[in-house]
Amino acid sequence: MEIIIFKVVLVIVLFAVSLGIAAYSTLAERKIAAFFQDRVGPNRAGPFGLLQPLADGVKMIMKEEIIPQTSNAFLFIIGPGISMVTALMTSAVIPWGPNITIAGQSVALQVADLNIGVLYVLGVVSIGVYGIMIGGWASNNKFALLGAVRASSQMISYELAMGMSIIAIVMSTGSLTLGNIVTAQSGWGGMAWNVFWQPLGFLIFIICAFAECNRTPFDLPESETELVGGYHTEYSSMKLGFYLFSEYVNMFISSAMISCLYFGGYNFPGMSSVQASVGEIPFALICAGVFMAKVFFFIFFFMWIRWTIPRFRFDQLMDLGWKVLIPLSILNMLVTGAVLLFFN
Amino acid sequence: MKPLTNRSKVASNKEMTFVEKLYIPAIMSGMRITLKHLFKKKVTINYPEVQREHAQVFRGQHVLKRDEEGRENCTACGLCAVACPAEAITMVAGERQKGEEHLYREEKYAVEYNINMLRCIFCGLCEEACPKDAIYLTDRINLSNYGRDRFIYTKEYLVEGSEAVNRIDVNPRRKGVREGAL
Repeated sequence: MEIIIFKVVLVIVLFAVSLGIAAYSTLAERKIAAFFQDRVGPNRAGPFGLLQPLADGVKMIMKEEIIPQTSNAFLFIIGPGISMVTALMTSAVIPWGPNITIAGQSVALQVADLNIGVLYVLGVVSIGVYGIMIGGWASNNKFALLGAVRASSQMISYELAMGMSIIAIVMSTGSLTLGNIVTAQSGWGGMAWNVFWQPLGFLIFIICAFAECNRTPFDLPESETELVGGYHTEYSSMKLGFYLFSEYVNMFISSAMISCLYFGGYNFPGMSSVQASVGEIPFALICAGVFMAKVFFFIFFFMWIRWTIPRFRFDQLMDLGWKVLIPLSILNMLVTGAVLLFFN
Repeated sequence: MKPLTNRSKVASNKEMTFVEKLYIPAIMSGMRITLKHLFKKKVTINYPEVQREHAQVFRGQHVLKRDEEGRENCTACGLCAVACPAEAITMVAGERQKGEEHLYREEKYAVEYNINMLRCIFCGLCEEACPKDAIYLTDRINLSNYGRDRFIYTKEYLVEGSEAVNRIDVNPRRKGVREGAL
């Protein structure tokens, strides 16, 4: 019973945290963009512009909601919903901290410790394509359709390389459970991170993560300059807000996945001495804090890349996905397999 | 051809080397550049709170001056209106009545004096034409408004206050113009 209450509380906290971080990512994005361009950024709403996300949210809700006459209203409405739901669903399997004891039972600080966690993430991410595809198609607008087509082809192409770069991790860990993948990285005093074993895999994964989140340099589905917003051209009000918001939630989840798979999750150097000196709950909180710090770094990294690199051309994007990343990820998989076979 | 600056580079279509094809070093150097900008001094000026200093001879909103005793200098001679290339200035002249000597310096004064700020090009020719030291351009910025009719500035806006605190100092501009400052 206590475990169910704990899980429900965890779900609610996670939901709030995901939305909160996504909201503040929008502010962070504008601030960081401004700093990279020697500007100040939004600073009028509250101290340092901290109330800006709130103001943006209110603005989004108050705006007129337009459903184009020629669109398919049902699909048009359901599109942003799918995007948002899939974006929020992924966080269920991410381990946010080490196990804690509740009612005499050791429970992972994780909503669902699925034995196929990695597979679940890949599955949910691929459903995310539907949100964009349905939304773009139902708008009955050429720009929206083009954006949606680009988004689906891009996401499907990069999912392959992404999946195969994860397979190398799964092979070396021997488990599909994200919890196990994280605990397997706790060696060397908390520094046995997969990124040192799998630098190529990490590179492939992070490039694919950028593509999956539709972030620059792979923001072709939106590409404001050529497709006037791409798949969400026809969207207004909070439906547009949902699309934009789910992009930031996706970014948060991707950062969490990168930290989990390659940067040791909540593991940090000197972890065991901290564990010995503080109680169980504070230790779990410290671990969660460390994990969050890693996540925030990667969110910053996403933005850093966005304001550094220009957009790809579509054929270059496909070239990179099919001719470079997929062969490389197969090679990475083979090398990992060979090393495991001959040296273990 | 001789290059115009020493910054020009020769473009070439040579094959990229393997390292160049990886693009990662190039991306890293790009990221280093953006990171450097993160810590640079911001160029933004937070406008309403912080204001940039104007040039000494900045030509902003006009002022109609009073003399030391607080009497209006303007005699409604109309030279400014004639000089104005944008035809922004209109006025109605009137005769000073008995008992108004403390208000107007000479026997003739401007009953009405309007400047249409939407027409004005801030050239300063009115100021140059004025024989009575009455009209000056100042470093004040004329504010935005909701209606076009509110851009026709009447005497209430233009004449400076007679109390010492409400006087508008045009000496820096006068000095700048005399010295030919930019």
